[in-house]
Amino acid sequence: MVPMPSVLPDGEPVPADGTLPARALDGAGDRPLGFYLHVPYCATRCGYCDFNTYTAAELRGSGGALASRDNYAETLAEEIRLARKVLGDDPRRAETVFVGGGTPTLLPAEDLTRMLGVIRDEFGLADGAEITTEANPESVDPRYLAALREGGFNRVSFGMQSARQHVLRVLDRTHTPGRPEACVAEARAAGFEHVNLDLIYGTPGETDDDWRASLDAAVGAGPDHVSAYALIVEEGTQLARRIRRGEVPMTDDDEHADRYLIAEERLTAAGFGWYEVSNWATTEAGRCRHNELYWRGADWWGAGPGAHSHVGGVRWWNVKHPGAYAQALAEGRSPGAGRELLGEEDRRVERILLELRLADGCPLGLLAPAGLRAAGRAVADGLLAPEPYERGRAVLTLRGRLLADAVVRDLVD
Amino acid sequence: MPATPTNVPEPSRTDPALIRNFCIIAHIDHGKSTLADRMLQLTGVVEQRQMRAQYLDRMDIERERGITIKSQAVRLPWAPTGGEDGTPGATHVLNMIDTPGHVDFTYEVSRSLAACEACVLLVDAAQGIEAQTLANLYLAMEHDLTIIPVLNKIDLPAAQPEKFAAELAHLIGCEPSDVLKVSAKTGEGVGELLDKVVEVTPPPVGDKDAPARAMIFDSVYDAYRGVVTYVKVVDGHLGKRERIRMMSTGAAHELLEIGVSSPEMKPADGLGVGEVGYLITGVKDVRQSKVGDTVTLLNKGAEEPLGGYKDPKPMVFSGLYPLDGSDYPELRDALDKLQLNDAALVYEPETSAALGFGFRVGFLGLLHLDVIRERLEREFGLDLIATAPNVIYRVIMEDGTEHTVTNPSEFPTGKIAEVFEPVVRATLLAPSEFIGAIMELCQSRRGTLLGMDYLSEDRVELRYTLPLAEIVFDFFDALKSKTRGYASLDYEPTGEQSADLVKVDILLHGDKVDAFSAITHKEKAYAYGVRLVGKLRELIPRQNFEVPIQAAIGSRVIARETVRAIRKDVLAKCYGGDISRKRKLLEKQKEGKKRMKMVGNVEVPQEAFIAVLSSDSAAGEVKGKK
Repeated sequence: MVPMPSVLPDGEPVPADGTLPARALDGAGDRPLGFYLHVPYCATRCGYCDFNTYTAAELRGSGGALASRDNYAETLAEEIRLARKVLGDDPRRAETVFVGGGTPTLLPAEDLTRMLGVIRDEFGLADGAEITTEANPESVDPRYLAALREGGFNRVSFGMQSARQHVLRVLDRTHTPGRPEACVAEARAAGFEHVNLDLIYGTPGETDDDWRASLDAAVGAGPDHVSAYALIVEEGTQLARRIRRGEVPMTDDDEHADRYLIAEERLTAAGFGWYEVSNWATTEAGRCRHNELYWRGADWWGAGPGAHSHVGGVRWWNVKHPGAYAQALAEGRSPGAGRELLGEEDRRVERILLELRLADGCPLGLLAPAGLRAAGRAVADGLLAPEPYERGRAVLTLRGRLLADAVVRDLVD
Repeated sequence: MPATPTNVPEPSRTDPALIRNFCIIAHIDHGKSTLADRMLQLTGVVEQRQMRAQYLDRMDIERERGITIKSQAVRLPWAPTGGEDGTPGATHVLNMIDTPGHVDFTYEVSRSLAACEACVLLVDAAQGIEAQTLANLYLAMEHDLTIIPVLNKIDLPAAQPEKFAAELAHLIGCEPSDVLKVSAKTGEGVGELLDKVVEVTPPPVGDKDAPARAMIFDSVYDAYRGVVTYVKVVDGHLGKRERIRMMSTGAAHELLEIGVSSPEMKPADGLGVGEVGYLITGVKDVRQSKVGDTVTLLNKGAEEPLGGYKDPKPMVFSGLYPLDGSDYPELRDALDKLQLNDAALVYEPETSAALGFGFRVGFLGLLHLDVIRERLEREFGLDLIATAPNVIYRVIMEDGTEHTVTNPSEFPTGKIAEVFEPVVRATLLAPSEFIGAIMELCQSRRGTLLGMDYLSEDRVELRYTLPLAEIVFDFFDALKSKTRGYASLDYEPTGEQSADLVKVDILLHGDKVDAFSAITHKEKAYAYGVRLVGKLRELIPRQNFEVPIQAAIGSRVIARETVRAIRKDVLAKCYGGDISRKRKLLEKQKEGKKRMKMVGNVEVPQEAFIAVLSSDSAAGEVKGKK
């Protein structure tokens, strides 16, 4: 999935050569290392999307040839070679690689495998490494998928969103209902072990029954992983304007809650188990190990415009525009736009807010006395499960999952 | 314009026959300050280039609002234009005593009036007399002052001098032609007015050989000089460096300085019969120099004080709480400072389960409350929550014990025999087309009509007895909206009455919120409960659990609303690039949480308290002035 918010944080500048503070690599051996590769291109921009992605028209005239997607794979390779320099003699091989966007599958399959090849050459891939790409149902076919599989990809994540035409239309998705399910079959035929379908609920105009139909269609296609996200209407998007003008109705949080409960019920019935608030998998092996890196405070290098990275408590992010990004690399500079050095308390807070979203929960040992008292109250209020609590872990109940942010606010005290 | 008079009599040696003590009574925007400014210029005590608008109003708030809160006295020399031949007459001393213009300060007004022998009744020629002016006019008549009727703003296109001259003539029993017409703005007619003051104002009468007696009509704290006390000498003489005695307390002080204002303070040798001036004794608190008190000499002083002294008594109470609890010491210091200059301000510490530590503060009335609150916020930089203003109740229990309640949350439980509330005599002036609307309003506020008089063909005066509690609660706003702003109101306390009053409590999730408790008439309790509960439902954010909001009298619930539990509070996505943003959002949310007040388990935003308790509407009369 896309580690790519529309707005970058404020931070201190990144050194021109991208050097990390020495302590960032302390104890690195115990932490897995992953790569996120961002592909900032889309054929068209969807009305709800505020990710860092660009259509060909949006890039015309800004950044010129540098921002072109024709030589994007080579530009990105440049950053991976920079990563090699920055990480120096760090012996770790990549445990996971995740290509997201944008629409990675707008690039030829060879470009994606070439980018993966650079990581293999510079860092090496761990045994059984998880190699994922996102894909749009309308931009792949069996040959394309076969080429990816052959190039080393073993997991593919399709943006299905909904099985209903009218819902897809509000989202500006161009694929026809049924196509994502066919993609799953094509991916399986090409030899992909792991297949994910992304779903969105709470789209204006969607009913509970539409949502049930989408869930049924998704599980019927046989993926081993499903992500289900509430639609967030971000300021500045086309959809936000349409809602403001009253052209489409807004869904409220209560409807979102209902849809979430429906998702939990249908997915559980179909043999999926939640392992993160918005993610379900059929088996432990089906979980997305790359996303787990984010949630467990591991190290990852995010390459591409606007991508975020994290190594040993140092988090940085690249410039957003593909032109500026390519320019920096062409001049031999780090494309990093800013960074933050996480303090001990920052890291504690982040662990709580990330790990609490997991089915394993977070250890009570992370909590301060006030947070511990809050945890006790949350158990009494039915937001945290009593049995894991006895074992020293804060694990959300179903109702607690829906109120996770409120629980986090209390627990970090 | 006459030249600046020569041979001006010196303070301490002025023949009472040459002294004219007068005041100006006027509605807040009828131009009193502008007229006073013009008089300062015309008599030459303030040079043109020093002139700034409204010279006499010292505080910023006064200047901005164009209202006068503290009175002052200015000594003006004036040689009236002579008879037929036009030669100037003898130079007289005019003491212009500025009176506060608002209902809350009736007592101070009465003391200022007691220092005068005449009063200029100043009325806007475009608007006619207003209720407060009328009330002060009656007060002036009670003090047997000579009334000099004047219409101001005759330069305005909308002025109707004939109509309002007839109205004034009718009110004070003179001929319309006796009403002077001036424009304080252009200066037209101001010289004639000063001549008139000299002509008709009786000179002060006193016994210069009797023991000294001077009446305090104002007392002002000055950070550099301590308390400056303004007095009128009635009998005898006060000389510099004499020892004086305050007759109400017996406290003795040394006169460090005595003098007159013109308008800057000018030390003198003393003050004689009929003279008006200031005293400085070095005391630091206006409570030691109380308005209405009599000053005499320590040795061979007078035996009998002058009449009319009263202790200021707060009529309206409100809880003042700092928004940020850590500002409590600052609030205390600020109140201490304000009290130095305000003998009517009383306060004591108070704790509210919902609002934390604060003060229950007593005020003379709503303007007083509003001015104090604004000064605390402006001059001391405090952010405050003020609870809805309430009055004092006297509660008699069946066992005969008695409670004085200044805070609704202290209203006793148990068997109550009788409850008394303060009542006022209200005077309302309005165009006659609004009689119906005003009667309807007063009736709904439990008023009793005392009488009604036509001031002129289309203007009417209504007199009502009303519970003060009904006036402190958005009465001004209601009156304004029902009369499109044409009605004016004045009131004075006249005692108390027994009434069927109950306390309405508001409960959040079963917990009583003391700050929202109110004492209302039994018949209005339901409407109050429904209104407040409805308002709170809008203002309280959804919580993790359902929050019932109830209004109750004792254990009987009279209104109920529910804030439904929030069901979803989780971001759908949290991946690599979201983490910083999410952590920062969390920090921001925690800041927001700090601004929440916990009532039991319920988080209530401070905005909710402010919106529900806000007494802004109650002080609407004051805010109206630009």
